[in-house]
Amino acid sequence: MFYIYCPYCGEHREEEEFHNHGQAHIERPKDPDSCTDEEWGNYMFFRKNPKGLHHEIWVHAAGCRKFFNVTRHTVTYEIKEVYKMGEQPKVVAE
Amino acid sequence: MSQKNRLQSGGRIDRSKPLTFTYNGKQYQGFAGDTLASALLANGVDLIGRSFKYSRPRGIVAAGAEEPNAIMQLGATEATQVPNVRATQQELFAGLVSGSTNGWPSVDTDIMGLVGKVGGKMMPPGFYYKTFMYPQSMWETYEKVIRKAAGLGRSPREYDVDIYDKMNQHCDVMVVGAGPAGLTAALAAARGGARVIIADEQNEFGGSLLSSKETLDGKAASAWVADVVKELEANENVIVLPRSTVNGYHDHNFLTIHERRTEHLADRAPNGAVRARYHRVRAKWVVLATGAHERPLVFGNNDVPGCMVANAVSTYISRYGVVPGRELVLMTTNDSAYQTALDWHDAGRKVQAIVDTRKNPAGKLIDAARERGITVMTGSAVIDVQGSKRVSGVSVAPISEDGTKVTGSVKKLSADTVASSGGWSPVIHLSCHTGSKPIWNEEVLGFLPGKTVQKQLTAGAINGTFTTAGALEEGKKAGLEALEKMGKDLPSMDVPATESVTYGKSMALFHVPHTKPTSQAPKQFVDYQNDVTAAGIELACREGFESIEHVKRYTAMGFGTDQGKLGNINGMAVAAKVLNQSIPETGTTIFRPNYTPITFGAIAGRDCKELFDPERYSAMHKWHLEHGAKFEDVGQWKRPWYFPKAGESMQQALDRECLATRESVGILDASTLGKIDIQGKDAREFLGRVYSNAWAKLGVGRCRYGLMLKEDGMIFDDGVTSCLAENHFLMTTTSGGAATVLNWLELYHQTEWPELDVYFTSVTDHWATMTISGPNSRKLLEELTDADVSKESFSFMDWKPMTVAGVPARVFRISFTGELSFEINVQANYGLHVWEKLFEHGEKYNLTPYGTETMHILRAEKGFIIAGQDTDGSVHPYDLGMGWAVSMNKPFSFIGKRGMQREDCVRAERKQMVGIKTLDPNVVLPEGAQAVFDPTASIPMPMVGHISSSYWSATLGRSIALGFVKGGLEKMGEKVYYPLADGRVVEAEICSPIFLDPKGERQNV
Repeated sequence: MFYIYCPYCGEHREEEEFHNHGQAHIERPKDPDSCTDEEWGNYMFFRKNPKGLHHEIWVHAAGCRKFFNVTRHTVTYEIKEVYKMGEQPKVVAE
Repeated sequence: MSQKNRLQSGGRIDRSKPLTFTYNGKQYQGFAGDTLASALLANGVDLIGRSFKYSRPRGIVAAGAEEPNAIMQLGATEATQVPNVRATQQELFAGLVSGSTNGWPSVDTDIMGLVGKVGGKMMPPGFYYKTFMYPQSMWETYEKVIRKAAGLGRSPREYDVDIYDKMNQHCDVMVVGAGPAGLTAALAAARGGARVIIADEQNEFGGSLLSSKETLDGKAASAWVADVVKELEANENVIVLPRSTVNGYHDHNFLTIHERRTEHLADRAPNGAVRARYHRVRAKWVVLATGAHERPLVFGNNDVPGCMVANAVSTYISRYGVVPGRELVLMTTNDSAYQTALDWHDAGRKVQAIVDTRKNPAGKLIDAARERGITVMTGSAVIDVQGSKRVSGVSVAPISEDGTKVTGSVKKLSADTVASSGGWSPVIHLSCHTGSKPIWNEEVLGFLPGKTVQKQLTAGAINGTFTTAGALEEGKKAGLEALEKMGKDLPSMDVPATESVTYGKSMALFHVPHTKPTSQAPKQFVDYQNDVTAAGIELACREGFESIEHVKRYTAMGFGTDQGKLGNINGMAVAAKVLNQSIPETGTTIFRPNYTPITFGAIAGRDCKELFDPERYSAMHKWHLEHGAKFEDVGQWKRPWYFPKAGESMQQALDRECLATRESVGILDASTLGKIDIQGKDAREFLGRVYSNAWAKLGVGRCRYGLMLKEDGMIFDDGVTSCLAENHFLMTTTSGGAATVLNWLELYHQTEWPELDVYFTSVTDHWATMTISGPNSRKLLEELTDADVSKESFSFMDWKPMTVAGVPARVFRISFTGELSFEINVQANYGLHVWEKLFEHGEKYNLTPYGTETMHILRAEKGFIIAGQDTDGSVHPYDLGMGWAVSMNKPFSFIGKRGMQREDCVRAERKQMVGIKTLDPNVVLPEGAQAVFDPTASIPMPMVGHISSSYWSATLGRSIALGFVKGGLEKMGEKVYYPLADGRVVEAEICSPIFLDPKGERQNV
């Protein structure tokens, strides 16, 4: 069970308080109506499944209800960093 | 009641406190301080079970958690049955009732034993797979017999009478194991001011020191242990947990501890005490000081009762004052096991011989044995033993220096006990739980903890440091290192002085050779609990199972409650030899939690019965209970389902509720609807983006129904949102969807549109909501308010603040029944008052309470959907004929708009929602019934849809249904058929889903 630092609450809390929301940094297309089916399909359905570093969204569901980003290693389950929405990851290579 | 194997003195038992206990229906006596195993051995009980597969007689092999055979069923009553308890870990108490787990009908006369004798050779690995494959339909019959024969423990058939609980703990340093290494680690950390938890699975702290003859600082080892425990217990920052097994080591230094608080006292927890406690620990640093298990050697018939692990024999003698036999033969590959022969000899019983597999052993312990006149046979091994229910003799033969073959003639010795030692395996289970790969160490002849990402330190025998001095020193070092990593000051700390011990080199021998090839030699057991033999592993390898993980699954080695504690290394070595590769190349299987079995009671804690899941009640719940409501679970809510009167069937109650509402007035407790308060200057813009319809022009005081879609265009929730003020809205959601919708709104606001000024607050529980519905609802409301609620000033889809029954209320003129309807919202703590006032005034209108089922019928008569019942995540608004709720011209591309335009969403012949009328109006189709166009088509028939809602409508005097049919919206009036599971085929007609009042005249009055 993970021990996750909420960057808004400024504390480590148990995983039970959080929900995972999948891959981070997927931006909704600015003009969906002009997307081709393929572009829209890529936005909607295609996700990475890396063995290694993964940037993902978590929400402090039973806490402050804030969404934030986590860089997690999918093999060791280490959390390398957490950062707020709108920020970019610092850890991008193992 | 003689304890024929009990010594007159010595050990950590209290001979002044005899305890009577029952084993397999017979009474025996032991002493306070005994384990069930030591007490059985004291009484000379050799046979404690039958083996899993071959049903061979088995005895106690070990003295701790690694015991594979002595798996007991405990419990004096049905409700207190506990299966699969190791006798070696169960402390004795007066009145303990135990029995063998396997052996049917009894351990001494075992039916399967006969089969085992006949079938032994015929039961190679894969026997069950190969034999019981066909016919498949017989498997369930086979399984019953196999299970009984296999003799797994049984769960109680009555409800557990004891209570259990859980604790969440945080600490700086979690020390696992309270042997010499764990104790100095805890001591160092505690003296440095750290918050420490130290846990050990045994009743007493001390580990190996409890049965050691060594001195520490010149005093008995146990005296040093007592001093340390005293200091730890006196420190308020230290939690001392005996009888507590650290069962799992999980990510981010999360550990679970199974603490047995009363299982050493009585069958039932005394005075309502907590029987077991589950600690969930988050530790900054973990020190694993889990020690090592001695490996038995693998030789012919090494499972005959009397064959034991060498150190276990010493433990029984030194700690429990029990010598489990008369004549001992010790076989060893190393020096340390000599202590067992010395202990046996010093207890006054005969050591027939020490059989050392090494050519030229030398050292203090060897000298000590020779000084006592014990015969030491070098370069030899016990190749097999004689006896069936107890060892009667052994065959000893010289072996080659590499341990692969017998090199000389076989000599027989008489003996009733064979102690063996193949060296020590560090207990690395916990370090493996987090995914760390163990590393083989040629010097230790065992796997050591590998690289880890956890904040984990290790000390003592787990590192292959087998001397007490080394363990004490490593423990101290680990404790100090943890302090240092946390930036704490380091205390000065001395470890006690020990006598110097040096051990000679051990021999790497895992599988003792026999004069016959392995396949023909007497069975050489590797894994006792799963009946895996060296021959079985060799066969598995020859059959092509080359990965150790495959060998494990094919042979069952390392399965069960045992988890490979004794057998794994030997098994891997046997496989490595056949595969002609090294042990590190062969690798090890993965140890998984839990380290030893844990009861469901401990896992569940208090999370059972009414505390299993929270129940949510509305403010009017008490009234519903008093008026005989039947309840339905909606999410965590308990909602009234229907309100039967005395003698009424469910259908009769529903008919009465429906008709009363349509004819006069009914009332529904709608408090469970999700309510989200939305504020901010961009609130309106935000609504336009998350709903499929338009919100730009919704005026203050008006309400609107909206569909919420996912990006793929599919409906996931619906509800009415009202404009409270220019920048202030109240959104309602389905009862089950409230939390999901709130999370959804937050997701889009925080991740996509943070620039919008909008705030969401859940207000579901703040309001009690009651809907009065029916032609007399206005008259009833007028009696309780001074506000003008006439058609002219309060029209359909308006809301108004007003006073109702003397309390402030928001009243919404919305309708889910198609009737004139008012939804009255008051502050939740006024809910019951207003509800009761409504009934006071409603009696003359026959005000009738109804529940979710009548609500469903009334809305279905109107063709209104229930999100989640009529939608399933594959339905978009046009599939429902609800294009009117989609505004394609909104400037912002709302969520779901682009998704709905995908190729698959716009194709013809999608399944669309329609009304379904059965030809026979009395037939109510089952929900989920599958639709076909041609009931004579061959099976499998092309399926063209299904029924999503189906009811008896008392108002219409016939059945009604909503369902999906391919291209249904274009097929009004056409026939569709529903072949049912019972063979009937129901003929029906496709119609409008609005069965009642298609123009909506009833609600616009």
